[in-house]
Amino acid sequence: MLSKVEAITPPLANKGTVMKWQANWRDYVVYLFFAVILVIFGFTIGDKGFLTVANLFNITRTTSMIAIMAIAMTLVIAAGELDLSIGSAAALSALVAALVIKSGYGIVAGALAGLISGLAVGALNGFFVTVLNIPSFLVTLGSMQLIRGLDMRLTYTKPVAIADETFNTIFGGGNIGPVPSLFIWSLVAAAAGHLVLRYSAFGRQVLATGGNPVAARYSGVPTHRIKLYCFLLSGVAGALAGLLYSGMMQTARYTFGTGGELAAIAAVILGGTSLFGGKATIIGTFIGALLIGTINNGLIIMGLDVSEQNMISGGLIILAVAFGRRPSR
Amino acid sequence: MHAMTSLNAVELHAIQKSFAGIPVLKDVNFSLRKGEIHALMGGNGAGKSTLMKILTGVYRRDSGDLFVNGQRHEFLTPRDSEAAGIAMIFQELSLVPTLTVAQNIFLQREPRNGFFLNDKEAVRRARELLLDLGEDIDPETRVEDLSTGACQMVEIAKALSKNAQILVMDEPTSSLSEHETATLFRIVKKLKENGISIIYISHRMAEIFTICDRVTVFRDGKTVLTDECSNVSMEGLIEAMLGPGRESSMQWQERAINKNAPVILDVDKISRYGKYNDISFSIKAGEIVGLAGLMGSGRTEIAQAIFGIVPPDAGAIRLNGKAVRTTYEAMDAGIALVPESRRQQGLVLDHSVLENFMLPNLARFANGMFIQARNGASKVVDYIDRLKIKTDSPNKSVNLLSGGNQQKVVLSKWLVREPKLLILDEPTIGVDIGAKSEIIEIVRTLANQGAAILVISSEFEELLAMSDRILVLHNGSLKEQIDRKQITSEEVLHHAVQG
Repeated sequence: MLSKVEAITPPLANKGTVMKWQANWRDYVVYLFFAVILVIFGFTIGDKGFLTVANLFNITRTTSMIAIMAIAMTLVIAAGELDLSIGSAAALSALVAALVIKSGYGIVAGALAGLISGLAVGALNGFFVTVLNIPSFLVTLGSMQLIRGLDMRLTYTKPVAIADETFNTIFGGGNIGPVPSLFIWSLVAAAAGHLVLRYSAFGRQVLATGGNPVAARYSGVPTHRIKLYCFLLSGVAGALAGLLYSGMMQTARYTFGTGGELAAIAAVILGGTSLFGGKATIIGTFIGALLIGTINNGLIIMGLDVSEQNMISGGLIILAVAFGRRPSR
Repeated sequence: MHAMTSLNAVELHAIQKSFAGIPVLKDVNFSLRKGEIHALMGGNGAGKSTLMKILTGVYRRDSGDLFVNGQRHEFLTPRDSEAAGIAMIFQELSLVPTLTVAQNIFLQREPRNGFFLNDKEAVRRARELLLDLGEDIDPETRVEDLSTGACQMVEIAKALSKNAQILVMDEPTSSLSEHETATLFRIVKKLKENGISIIYISHRMAEIFTICDRVTVFRDGKTVLTDECSNVSMEGLIEAMLGPGRESSMQWQERAINKNAPVILDVDKISRYGKYNDISFSIKAGEIVGLAGLMGSGRTEIAQAIFGIVPPDAGAIRLNGKAVRTTYEAMDAGIALVPESRRQQGLVLDHSVLENFMLPNLARFANGMFIQARNGASKVVDYIDRLKIKTDSPNKSVNLLSGGNQQKVVLSKWLVREPKLLILDEPTIGVDIGAKSEIIEIVRTLANQGAAILVISSEFEELLAMSDRILVLHNGSLKEQIDRKQITSEEVLHHAVQG
């Protein structure tokens, strides 16, 4: 087409990579933090069992549900929205699945019913946000409470036991070799989430929608539909987390996932995703979730009680986010 | 179809368009030859942007014909226009800041590998497009890290990647540095050599004479001039834009200036990198000074500096001899600013007239810890009366008022402080003619009472009606100070500002 003319700016080849690293090291602060925490805990409580393989797998087991919710939350936040109802959706799915299995319809029907309940929560949120244009913070603040109430009402707050061995092994209890199946679930979710966000058209549309909705629309991105899909995905991820909770506990309780939405948001933000949308990383989120799990685990091994755990893990989250903040220009 | 159309990339015949019964385009004819750069000029409200929105499918014309490459088009949506090879270069609107250059260029048209996006291919193609433009912008940089000039190159690359043959550029140089402008011109010429046709909207005549082939001038919704640039002079263009023998609705009244009045504002060699450079001037009590310059000449930034919003990198600003560095100090010293954007900077839109009125004056209306709305209410009624603000009550939300009345609310919240220096940035933009002359009258009264006034306006008529003295800014430098008496006509000021 056009002939090449002399370039105004010098080539960036080598200089560019250095500058990029300098500009973006804050995006990777979660990895640094994770490494530092591992080293500190390794030295201080390594001999108290922190460094055993069993304990490290235990961390991955307990963070799996938060990680899965956080991965979906990454997409929701990347699209410039928020989903506070994801924890309530987890308990709903657990109870629905347990009730269906208890009624003798089998575990496939049970798991499907659980996932569909999550889809319904996502559809509800998506409808109010994209059709009625209500801010998602408000919509999901409401649905968080509404669904939690429904969870309690469903069995009058009674737990529902799940007697099916296969269900409990697949979702939660089992191991594949030495690796807990819960860890496998979260790894698969992270891999799928990463591929979708980074390499699919849908992921690109999510980032464009959150980065500048007007520009996205002008480029032909159906921003409302993209947001709706994000909420559906978030509902399903919450539901999957619910199945995993119930498989691990061999019981479904209305309390599952309480506060899970906040832990998930913390993991997302720690991981380097922008709360304002448009910039997101699934791997960062996954590490963020592991970081939170590791901190909690280490503090327990140190013998701190819950009040002290809360103060320290809360403080560390603020510290990590402050480090990751881009200086304002 | 007549023979002419086949030569022209775009041909518009007798286009008419009204909004709510008010005609904006009355009878517009415009043609763009293939491979030409065609300048479009006209004052505010002349109809340029409406016509471009019709061409890009944002608005539909009421009547008239639109041809692209000889083919008649309807253009129901922006997509239709895009499909016909027309692209508009926006400055910010159409890029996603958090995505990379390559991701932006190919958004929604990404090269793929089956299900997955092929980012490597996108980067390769983006680099090729940018290098063809002569720009070595890294396609993997995020757009938010680019300068305005580089963003524009990305916009152009994006348009070219869609095979656009006709580009519309709206004031493309208004926020570019001199260096970036030179780059843009080189690229625009390159595009022209490759047969791309360009509509170039600008107020900068020097630019138009440098790179455009032809020029069309609009006035009051009509085409008043189309000619080769080599056939017209700057005087001719100014005359075409202003129209013959206009009766100015706003007459200048020479005011008696007390030569011995004390200096109120003293701006001493202030500079801010890339915005303005080594600016010094002063304003005496009772004096109205106009600040004239094109968009991007640094006029708004200077107002912001004086009010302490974005302090200068170097130099000093003094009010009555006291240094002013922050907005707090500025307000404390008696400076008030009626900002450029009334809806974003001037008012809290959802709040009432009373609340907006009280906002900068809370201490004045408070009794100890608590705000006494009663004190504010009695005062605001006074100002509603004096400034003739049309509102049912002081409790009416300001977003329900007309532009002129909103602007009077902004004025009232500062007037109650009895400012020693009032800065007005585009005080009558989007204000009807009645309210406009009232606002000018309010400003004159304030000056007569001894306040110093600094007015910024792109409407020269307004500047000339108010000012005792006019400062001319050019590319961030103070080019000259002209006594109002020496300015015999609007044309003189136009000349000065064009540089």
